[in-house]
Amino acid sequence: MKPQSNRFMSMQEMVGFAILALLIFVIFPLILDPFRLNLFGKYLTYAFVALGLVLCWGAGGILSLGQGVFFGLGGYCMAMFLKLEASTPENTKIQSTPGIPDFMDWNQLTELPFWWQPFHSFTFTVIAVVLVPVIFAFIIGVAMFRRRVGGVYFAIITQAIAAIMTILIIGQQGYTGGVNGITDLRTLMGWDIRTDEAKNILYFVNGGLLFACLFAAQYIRRSKLGRILIAMRDQEDRVRFSGYDVADFKTFVFCAGAAFAAIGGAMFTLQVGFMSPSFVGIVPSIEMVIFCAVGGRLSILGAVYGALVVNWAKTTFSESFPELWLLGLGALFIAVVLAFPKGLAGLYDDFIAPRVKPLFDKLRSKSNSKDADFVGAPAE
Amino acid sequence: MFADYSSQELLAIFAMQGFAGLILFSVFVLMALGLAIIFGQMGVINMAHGEFMILGAYVTYMLSNFFEAYLPDLFGIYFFIAMICAFIASGALGLFVEWALIRHLYKRPLDTLLATWGLSLILQQIYRSVFGAREVGVTIPDWMMGSLPLTDMIEVPINGIFVMVLAVSISIAVYLMMFRSSWGKQVRAVVQNRVMAGAVGINTEWTDRLTFGIGCGVAGVAGSAFTMIGSTGPTAGQLYIVDTFLVVVFGGAASLLGTIASAFSISQAQSIMEFFLSGSMAKVLTLLTVVGILMIRPQGLFALKLRK
Repeated sequence: MKPQSNRFMSMQEMVGFAILALLIFVIFPLILDPFRLNLFGKYLTYAFVALGLVLCWGAGGILSLGQGVFFGLGGYCMAMFLKLEASTPENTKIQSTPGIPDFMDWNQLTELPFWWQPFHSFTFTVIAVVLVPVIFAFIIGVAMFRRRVGGVYFAIITQAIAAIMTILIIGQQGYTGGVNGITDLRTLMGWDIRTDEAKNILYFVNGGLLFACLFAAQYIRRSKLGRILIAMRDQEDRVRFSGYDVADFKTFVFCAGAAFAAIGGAMFTLQVGFMSPSFVGIVPSIEMVIFCAVGGRLSILGAVYGALVVNWAKTTFSESFPELWLLGLGALFIAVVLAFPKGLAGLYDDFIAPRVKPLFDKLRSKSNSKDADFVGAPAE
Repeated sequence: MFADYSSQELLAIFAMQGFAGLILFSVFVLMALGLAIIFGQMGVINMAHGEFMILGAYVTYMLSNFFEAYLPDLFGIYFFIAMICAFIASGALGLFVEWALIRHLYKRPLDTLLATWGLSLILQQIYRSVFGAREVGVTIPDWMMGSLPLTDMIEVPINGIFVMVLAVSISIAVYLMMFRSSWGKQVRAVVQNRVMAGAVGINTEWTDRLTFGIGCGVAGVAGSAFTMIGSTGPTAGQLYIVDTFLVVVFGGAASLLGTIASAFSISQAQSIMEFFLSGSMAKVLTLLTVVGILMIRPQGLFALKLRK
């Protein structure tokens, strides 16, 4: 591999980011009707998770099969706030206890549990959306990485955590809304989020946040920290012998992945209008890994395309041929592992990058920089 | 929570729940044995293990229908034939999967995990297309129905005892295969030092394939036994896969004894707690405890001391 420069972004990456921005902020809103645009917004929330996985798995070598937990925690925090806002005493006056969420009333709860109370405040909610999953990830990370649990064991244990989380949410119906999740969300601080206009705005907010996260991820990758992550993935012992505390770096990147996933989850709740355990468990968590794998586990832009392409295929195929979709998804898992371990980004590198490279070389010789190229965006 | 029951009732509850736990234990052991062979010995994560088990269950279901329709005289013993067929079917599929998929991925364990997950999705969809989405049950021969009364308060179901006997015999068979046969010796040699094992003339490639096949075959037998106590659906395998992996990891991946010990403790804890708490909370607490212990002792209960 060619040496990487310390610059934040190479020319090629900048173009890749610009193309993605054009796609998300201009092309999609122009060609899609509001319903489809909302759907694409939903796909993009998964891109946050895939982005986190690129850092954890692609760069750090830590495969987490429990990203759904963080996605869900972020989503649930947001849903709790929205639910409390929707459950004003006027709206819920037919309940035996007005002023609490409807599912609590159905489960014979007579007062709001104490840990629901802070979610009356929007500021607290926004902080909690990121902080709750990060603290959770931090606890898991510290416990596991200090003990040098890694690789396959880490994957299995995070998967078990995803299973525990789902069983817990479904079992504690009175506090969490059970298997239906938290539904019937209406307004965000008095602003109706169910209208087409609101959904449009949320789509752009979502896109903006996604780009913020993309830049953060790019920054992490380009920093010294990013180099250590890659060194750790390839030769963990050598990094340890060089005097770095491997566990701290792993914990950090795991927390960063959790934070991205949580932001995605919160945006998911806002755009889709509900949150349920079906986005938390084992199956959604492992599907999130496939978004990342299809896009290319090493490429942060690839992650976005991966989430878009797989989810779009899922919607298209499961609308018309539900049986084929599962077969296709299964085949996709196998194909991406056996034939294209670098995903779409790898295809781009192999087939498109060599064609466009001369163009960039020309540009570069003009700007007279010695920047080396790195994984760019896979083309559609 | 104990105050509402008399001491005699409490004893009966513990005995009955303990027995229910023993049945769960047998299922765990049967499932985990195959996984312990594949994961413990080869280090391969087989997420499709549950689906191999379900294949065994469907083979049993088909044979049950076949015997009922064409050979009703032999119906009493069809189950033993079904077990052998289940072993062969799952084992053959295992050999094929190893050849087509697993052998390319030995150096990339995390990728194996994803690929076998894909395989499990495909198998589930095939089962759904062939056998329908609804759960199917087998007809149990008469001699396996009913229950044995031990005291006037405690009864044990005969099919439960049968599954337990099966679990014990298969455990013994696996033990003999692993530690008393030349094949077992080769497997252990390959696990400990692949290059050296190859150098002394062991065909490591074939050993791997056979190990994977036998692990899958054992899963098939587990599925066959599973039909005796529950019904089978296309996604039934997925329900157990996490539990089973935890059992194997908790026991210490390479140790058969550890697998059995951890299956025992997990199943007993779960079934006794189930009586006092709701089923879901019992499961949450058990899994949390296991995960907690694994965080403190990642190598599991019985760790094999190996120089890496």
